[in-house]
Amino acid sequence: MKNTFSRVEETLFYGLTALGGLVTAIGLGAALYMEHSGHVVTGMNNQIVWGLPHVFAIFLIVAASGVLNVASIGSVFGKVVYKSRAPLSGLLCIAMLAGGLAVIMLDLGRADRLIVAMTHFNPTSVFGWNVILYPGMFGIVAVYMWTLMERRMNPYAKPAGFAAFVWRLLLTTGTGSIFGFLVARQAYNSALLAPMFIIMSFAWGLAVFMLVQRAMFSWNGIELHPAIRSRMKNLLGIFVAAVFYFVAVYHLTNLYFAKQVAFERFILADGGIFPALFWGGWLVVGTILPLALLYIPSLQFRGSVMVASLLVIVGAFCQLYVFIIGGQAFPLEIFPGMSATSSFFDGKVDTYSPALPEFLLGLGGIGIAFTMTTIGVRVLRFLPQDDLGKLEAAGNITD
Amino acid sequence: MSQSNNNRRGFMAAAAAGAGFVVIAPGIRLIELAGANAPSKGASDKVRWGMLVDTTKCAPGCDACVGACNKENGIVEQVADPRQGAQWIRKIDLVDAKTGKQHSLPMMCQHCAHPPCVDVCPTGASFKRADGIVLVDRHICIGCRYCMMACPYKARSFVHQPLTTQAPEVPRGLGCVEACTLCVHRVDKGQQPACTEACPQGAMLFGDLNDPASDISKRLKEVASTQVRADLKLDVGVRYHGI
Repeated sequence: MKNTFSRVEETLFYGLTALGGLVTAIGLGAALYMEHSGHVVTGMNNQIVWGLPHVFAIFLIVAASGVLNVASIGSVFGKVVYKSRAPLSGLLCIAMLAGGLAVIMLDLGRADRLIVAMTHFNPTSVFGWNVILYPGMFGIVAVYMWTLMERRMNPYAKPAGFAAFVWRLLLTTGTGSIFGFLVARQAYNSALLAPMFIIMSFAWGLAVFMLVQRAMFSWNGIELHPAIRSRMKNLLGIFVAAVFYFVAVYHLTNLYFAKQVAFERFILADGGIFPALFWGGWLVVGTILPLALLYIPSLQFRGSVMVASLLVIVGAFCQLYVFIIGGQAFPLEIFPGMSATSSFFDGKVDTYSPALPEFLLGLGGIGIAFTMTTIGVRVLRFLPQDDLGKLEAAGNITD
Repeated sequence: MSQSNNNRRGFMAAAAAGAGFVVIAPGIRLIELAGANAPSKGASDKVRWGMLVDTTKCAPGCDACVGACNKENGIVEQVADPRQGAQWIRKIDLVDAKTGKQHSLPMMCQHCAHPPCVDVCPTGASFKRADGIVLVDRHICIGCRYCMMACPYKARSFVHQPLTTQAPEVPRGLGCVEACTLCVHRVDKGQQPACTEACPQGAMLFGDLNDPASDISKRLKEVASTQVRADLKLDVGVRYHGI
């Protein structure tokens, strides 16, 4: 019996690794093609300068810092349920960060100049800060995982976890501030974006964690304790609701400022695909449906938490698409109060149709994260193991 | 025995000296060549180059400045999708939404004293010269396009395709960001930017904003001028009269 399970499990592992490797290879091939031909083969242009690769990359980077939250709740806030999940949380963080950074780097006009990015540093650039924050995150999380997984290092897990927690808050502040510091753009230029990105990271990271945990448990034929699942699903619901709050405040403040009304009308009503993705994709699919699945008992079914997590991720992509692409598609207001026309499309809403290579590059980032996770959970002990006796003693599975 | 040792030592010393010469000499020669080619002086912070555009003279439909810029800077490549093509200077036609008053003007890099593109550039490739000209160092631009996100004037272009038609004095290349250089290669030789020289209406006045005796400073003292997006307080080098 055990032998059959091992064989199936081994075949599954090699299958999944091959799948992840293939997606990664296709992504790298797409990057090579873009590098060789130039961005002329993409849908990006001089108005929409950041496209689909940035949607994928920012999702991966933001979710990477958020997924570490699971470990932080264990190490920093002392919740026993989350302690056994800390190593997996660290692995997912590193894997998704690697995937996201690979996409950002491979989308550069001169990806061959990575060494220039590492050796030339402009202290006033938020991107420049991120050049320190991202590699630093790898280092800190690696040390943190070492303190968690090596018994002799366990006493240092709390300070290491605390350092990782502070660093991840800084990192997501940095990611949000990439946009928040753009003074000239109607869609960005808001201090709200830094905390909003942090709360988005909580929701997206936890959704990814729930999916991976579920897959690993199914793979090993284990059932998650209902009380633990209930705690985690409630937390996911709180995070999704908090994202809703931040997005609502962001749009309400904009609607209050007369100078922003035209932009809001574009994003929320007239802008074609963008209002559709905002209301249908982010609000209905990514917020209302998951909240209903998580909180209304009559709607719940076996696997409803997993469906809710998936919907949160779909909503995240819709939200980022509206935020990043929609924010650039709306014309820059260079002469307020005047209508402008020019050969450079001033005053004109831009249209963006992502080309296949940029989609494949983004997918390649997910391939990298997926492959690293698959190999990681196979070679090291990342499977969350719940000591029910301990949890009961801590009062963690009584609710 | 001792004689042969001495010979060997002598040979090794001579060989080492010869090898050292072979290794170092080309470097010394290169320093000499580089030194011979060094500019006599760098940009001076006593100067602030700027431009005044008289929109009351600028003719709608005329794009002589754009043509001159493209010719001077070798922006002659064919681009299938015009949204992916580089435009260092463009003509914008404006209509006041309330009054219907029309304007036509050239728009390009405004050469801000506090340029957002320079602030956000991760590598420092975007930089401002001592004389106020904002440039991109094509050697260290990684093509992240963050400067294009930050520029309030949509003044920058990203090179989307391989180029083969560059002008000798104007570095351009695939995967880097570029913008109006105020024709820095001409200005450094004491000439005017190509657009200014080409304007048939004489609507563009180039000069030193720091020199009270310059034509541009005198004119700015006489007429009302506007800084585009003055609310951002970027202290731009390009000013407009008539809007």
